[in-house]
Amino acid sequence: MSRRARLALFGIAACGLAALLLWSITGLPKFGDYHGAYGKILDKAAPRERQTSNVVAAVVFDYRGFDTMGEELILFAAVMGVAMLLREPREEEAPVPEDPVRSDALRACGVSFAGATLVLGLWIVAHGYVTPGGGFQGGVILAAAFLLVWLAGSYRSYRRLTPVPIVELGEGTGAGGYVVIGLCALLIGDAFLQNLLPYGVAGKLSSGGSIPLLNWASGLEVTAAFVLLFNEFLSERAVLIDPTRRPS
Amino acid sequence: MVALQATIMILVALGALAVVLTNDLVRLVIVSSAYTLLLVVLFVVLQAPDVALSMLVVGTIGYPLVLFVAIRRDRADE
Amino acid sequence: MSYLPFVLAAWIFLVGIFGIVRSRHFIHLVVSLSLTQSSTYVLLLSIGYVKHGGAPIFKDVPLGTKAVDPVVQALTLTDIVVSVTVAALLLAVAIEAKKHAKTMNPDELRPVRG
Repeated sequence: MSRRARLALFGIAACGLAALLLWSITGLPKFGDYHGAYGKILDKAAPRERQTSNVVAAVVFDYRGFDTMGEELILFAAVMGVAMLLREPREEEAPVPEDPVRSDALRACGVSFAGATLVLGLWIVAHGYVTPGGGFQGGVILAAAFLLVWLAGSYRSYRRLTPVPIVELGEGTGAGGYVVIGLCALLIGDAFLQNLLPYGVAGKLSSGGSIPLLNWASGLEVTAAFVLLFNEFLSERAVLIDPTRRPS
Repeated sequence: MVALQATIMILVALGALAVVLTNDLVRLVIVSSAYTLLLVVLFVVLQAPDVALSMLVVGTIGYPLVLFVAIRRDRADE
Repeated sequence: MSYLPFVLAAWIFLVGIFGIVRSRHFIHLVVSLSLTQSSTYVLLLSIGYVKHGGAPIFKDVPLGTKAVDPVVQALTLTDIVVSVTVAALLLAVAIEAKKHAKTMNPDELRPVRG
């Protein structure tokens, strides 16, 4: 099919779909006029029942914890897929690219930012169930801290900081740990992923029962997944910096 | 509040159109990152700070980096 | 205003599909697909929004204050992080496809024959 014919066909189909969508929108409750009982009940019950001041975290890691486990396993599978597709059989001594950063000032600033980013990431993960944040958001920031070492420092120290076996171990521990915490609840006779620890006092780091454990498990999983993702894409890039040295 | 919400929603709508109409790939990464920043503002306005934080880290770290390396890889072969 | 957010979600969805249809490059296609996905975030969050409601975080806020729906937010926030890794997987597939087909333009790919 030619490009023009495809766009024309899309135009007709899009008009039909747009009409249907607009028609369905008029049947929705008005914006801001929310009728769902579930969310309202959780807003009232969760802070008292689970002692978490961030209700979203309570939903992610407790009330809908099983759903989050599914998301984590999608993350795990997607990163495994990237690793399988991009990882070529490389020799032990892969060619190390020359570092583009030669300015000392940039290097010093960048590496000190990496430290600050690391602390920020840990803070966001740790306070996930008290204030906005959590394992998912904090995990990406933690991975960015490692990446800053490569961006501002050197590729060699980035690789030394993130050895692939350790990162893979972290990813497996994060994904597996989440499931194991769920199974622990089964062992003591509760439902899968049931909250099993004392709830503590809302607003403190020691609150929410097993929510902190699941939070840290997903933080570890996301951090490792993103570092691994960057590793796979970067080693492709690294190999390509000098095309004459490309293996195979 | 309503005016603020309407403004940011219209900006998001224009941003989405700008993303799909950009053909140059490097420019596309920048434009799509700007679009995710608009979404971050929209999510904050819709009282969803957790989601906004999630979109912020993903739109400024995750997507641009992965896309840039993919572009680099694509161009290196030519 | 009362239907604007839902119209916005429908608009982003249609614009994203338009991007996929007119795409000349796999990377552009992946970005358009992620854009289409972002329409679901807008739709979910606007459905859960409560007029004059605050964020569902009760730190230094008395319990029982009017707040928006936390469930839709929980659904969205994990999905956003996961969507990057899925986009990365698609890009990895595109990079592999280029090795075999020598092109990143979806139009130039020949149909697969068994």
